[in-house]
Amino acid sequence: MKILRNAVAGTLESNDVLVAVSPGGGSVQVDVESIVLEQFGPQILKAVTDVAEIMHVTDAAIRLEDRGALDCTIKARVETALRRAMEAQK
Amino acid sequence: MRRSMLFIPGNSPAMLLNADIHQADAVILDLEDAVSPSEKDAARILVRNAISALKFKGTEIIVRVNPLDSGYTRADLENMVPLNPSLIMPTKVSGADDIRSIAAMMTQIEGANGQEPGAVGLMPLLETAEGVLNAYAIAKADKRVKALFLGAEDLTSDLQAIRSKSSQEIFYARGQIVMAARAAGVDVYDTPFTDVNDDDGMAEDAQFARALGFTGKSAISPRHVSIINEVFSPSLKDIDYAREVMAVIEEAKRLGKGAISLHGKMVDKPIVDRARRVLEAARALGLGGAKHE
Amino acid sequence: MNKMTSTLGEAIRLAGLRDGMTVSFHHHLRNGDYVLNMVMAEIAAQGIRDLTVQASSLFDCHAPLVDHIRSGVVTGIETDYMNGYIAKSISEGVMPRPVVFRSHGGRPAAITSGRVHIDVAFIAAPAADKMGNANGVDGPAACGSLGYAIPDSRFADKVVILTDFLTDYPLTPASIEETDVDFVVKVDSIGDPKGIVSGTTRMTRDPVALTIARYASRVIQFSGLLKEGFSFQTGAGGASLAVTQYLKPLMKDLGITGSFGLGGITGYLVDMLKEGYFKRLMDVQCFDLQAVESIKANPLHHEVSAVRYASPLAKSALVDSLDVVVLGATQIDTGFNVNVHTDSGGYITGGSGGHSDTAAGAKLSMIVAPLYRARLPIVVDKVLCVSTPGSTVDVLVTQRGVAVNPANTQLKDSLKASGLPLYEIEELKQMAESYTGTPAHNRPMGRVVADVEYRDGSIIDHIGSVIR
Repeated sequence: MKILRNAVAGTLESNDVLVAVSPGGGSVQVDVESIVLEQFGPQILKAVTDVAEIMHVTDAAIRLEDRGALDCTIKARVETALRRAMEAQK
Repeated sequence: MRRSMLFIPGNSPAMLLNADIHQADAVILDLEDAVSPSEKDAARILVRNAISALKFKGTEIIVRVNPLDSGYTRADLENMVPLNPSLIMPTKVSGADDIRSIAAMMTQIEGANGQEPGAVGLMPLLETAEGVLNAYAIAKADKRVKALFLGAEDLTSDLQAIRSKSSQEIFYARGQIVMAARAAGVDVYDTPFTDVNDDDGMAEDAQFARALGFTGKSAISPRHVSIINEVFSPSLKDIDYAREVMAVIEEAKRLGKGAISLHGKMVDKPIVDRARRVLEAARALGLGGAKHE
Repeated sequence: MNKMTSTLGEAIRLAGLRDGMTVSFHHHLRNGDYVLNMVMAEIAAQGIRDLTVQASSLFDCHAPLVDHIRSGVVTGIETDYMNGYIAKSISEGVMPRPVVFRSHGGRPAAITSGRVHIDVAFIAAPAADKMGNANGVDGPAACGSLGYAIPDSRFADKVVILTDFLTDYPLTPASIEETDVDFVVKVDSIGDPKGIVSGTTRMTRDPVALTIARYASRVIQFSGLLKEGFSFQTGAGGASLAVTQYLKPLMKDLGITGSFGLGGITGYLVDMLKEGYFKRLMDVQCFDLQAVESIKANPLHHEVSAVRYASPLAKSALVDSLDVVVLGATQIDTGFNVNVHTDSGGYITGGSGGHSDTAAGAKLSMIVAPLYRARLPIVVDKVLCVSTPGSTVDVLVTQRGVAVNPANTQLKDSLKASGLPLYEIEELKQMAESYTGTPAHNRPMGRVVADVEYRDGSIIDHIGSVIR
C-alpha cells in the first residue's frame, strides 16, 4: 500500500500521541519523540512497525510525538493516520 | 444488573483508560455526539483497540454508534460487533424499520465474523418525537432489543420544548417510554442529569426516574455514578421487608392458607412479585448480607 | 539604637558577610519571592564568593541562582525542596558540590543542634517595624505563617529583615522578634503576591483523583483513628486535598470533632475549622489567601515554627501527635519506599518538604497516587531516590486498588471489612504494567549531584546526574 498524501491523527494530550504520516523514501521510517522514550522506546517502535506491517505499508515516513500513550492508543493513531494518508487511492 | 451507565467520549485515550474505575454498572463508549465529524474514523479505531486491549473490570461495555442518516453506522457496527459488546446503542431511532435495518447489518456482520447471529443486543436511543411515539414498536421490532433509552436533550429540541432542571417537559416522554418498555418486556434507562455541580438535584432526578419505573439511569459525570447506584439499589429496609414477605408466603403455603397479611396489610401477588425483584436485585448486587452472585 | 540600614548593600557589609559563609532564606513567598534573588545579586556585586545558600525551598523564580553557581558566587546549596530551572540545572550537573537535601523537620534539627551554621539569615518579612519585629500577616505581600523562618532568626549569627511594609513600633503579633534581629532594610517589594499564595485552592475535578480520594477517606474511616480528637494533615494538590471533601461527611456522621489540622494550610481546612470539624489549625505555611486571612483573624488558627512542626530533635513536635497524613509520590517501590525528589527520568523535581517527617510521626501515613501517570507505573521495583523510607509508610491508595504495608498487620485486618479493593503492592505493580507494559530499567545515573539527608541527619540516598 502506498502513502499518497500527508496525514495526521491523534493529539498532544496526556495519554495520547500525535502521528504524522508522509510519503516515504523507499521504506518505512519511524521517528519517535516521547516523554517515556527511555522506558518504552523499543515497545513504541514495535507498535508502529506492527501496524505498518499489518496494513502492508512498505513506504512511509511516520513521525510520533508521544505523550505517554498506551500501545493500543499508539496503534489506533498510527492506523488512523495511515488510513487517512491512503484515502486518496480510493 | 445495570443501575448506572456512564458515558465515556470515544476519542479520549485518557478517559478510556480509566473508564472502569467509577463503579458504573456499564460504560457507554460514545462514537456519536462526543466525537466531531472529522474524528469519527479515529474514535472508531481507538475504541475498537481499547475494547480489545483494556480489561474494563466490573463494568459492561455498551457502544453508542452514529445514526443511520450519518453514513457512519455500518462502519461503526463493522468495527464494534465483532468485539461482542454487551449492547449496541443506535441513535436517533425513529421507528421499527430503523431497528430492522440495523439488525440486518448486524446479522450480516456476525455471520461474516463467525458469531452466533443475534449475539449482540440493542438499546435504541429514543430522542425524537417520532421515536418516543413509536417506542413500543421499536422495542418489539427485533429480539435484539434488550432495553430502551430516553435521550432528553435532542428530544426537547425536537419538541420545541424548553429544557429545565425540573424535567416536567419530558414527563410524558418518560412515562411513554417506561410503558412501552415494560409492555414489551425490556429494560428502560433514563436520560442523564446534566448539571455536574448539583448532587442534590441529581439524586432527586434519579429518585423520580426510579419511581416512574426506569431500570436505571445514565450519567455524563463520574461523580453521578454513586448517586445513581444508591438510588437504584434496594435499600436495606426494602430487603428486610421483602424477606418478611417471602417468609409469610412460605408459612402460608405450609399451612395451606389462602389470604395472608403482614403488618396488617394484605400480601397479594403484586407485593410478592415486587419482593422477589428486590431480593433478586439484592443478590445480584451482594447487598443486605445476600451472597454476591 | 538604629537597626535600619539605608541599603541592602550596607546591611550585607554590616553583617560581616565574607567568602565561604552560609546565608539562609525561607520560602514563605514561594514562587513569588524577590528577596533571594535581590540579596544574591547584591552579594555578587560586592564580589563575595564561595557561599552556601541554606534555603528552606527553592522555586522556578530562583533561576538566577544558576548564574551565581556558574560564576562561583554560590558553591553550596542546602534545601528541603527545589523545582523548576534550578532543579533541572542541578540534575544536569551545574554545581560541582552535591546539593544537600533535608526535610522540613531535619533542617531545623540541623540548625538548632549547630550541625548547620548560618552566618547571615536574610528574612523576607511582609510586615516589620524598625527594630525587626516581623510577621507574615500584614502588608501587600502577606503570606501568613512565617514558621520556616523562625529557627533561622533564632540561630543565625546575624539576622537581616527585608520588608516592603514598615509599620509603627512595636509590631504585633511578631513571628520574628526584635531580640533576634540585627538589621532592617526597607525595599520596594519583597515579592509578587500572585506567586506567593494562590487566590483560592481549587478542588480537583479529575475523576481519577476523586476516586483515589474516596478510597483514601474509606481507609481513614476503617483505620480506627477517626474518632474524637482526630488530627490530620494533607497536601494542597489533587487527590490529597480532595480527601478532606470526603472526610467531612464521615466526621459529621460520627459526630466527632478533630483536635487539630496541621501543616501547609488551605482554605478547605480553614472551612473545617470554622464549621467546627477541627478545634485548632497548626500552621507552618499558608497555601492560599483564605488561610492567610484566617491565621490573621482567627485565634484558633496558630502559627508554628518549623521546629515545633517537625524537628526530630525537639522534645516533641506536632508531627509526633498526628493521627493521619495523606501524602503524594512520584514513585513508590515494592518496599513502600517513596520518591518525591525526582521524576521517573531521574530529574530533580521536588524534595521531601515535610513528607518524611509526617510519615515518621503520623500513626497512619498514606500515599495517594494514580496507578500510572501517562504511561509510567507509579509502583516500581526500586525507587530512583528514597525520600521517605518504606518502614514509615502504611498504605498506598490508587484508583484501582489499595495496598497495605505488610508490616502493619493491624491496618490490614481493619481494612478487611471496608469493601476496598485490597491488593499486595506487587500485585498493584503488575496491574499497572498490564496497562502500560514493563518499563525498561533506568540507565545508571552520572556522578552524585545531591545527597539526601533523612530527618535524623543520616544520608538516606544520593541523586545522580542525568548526564551520564
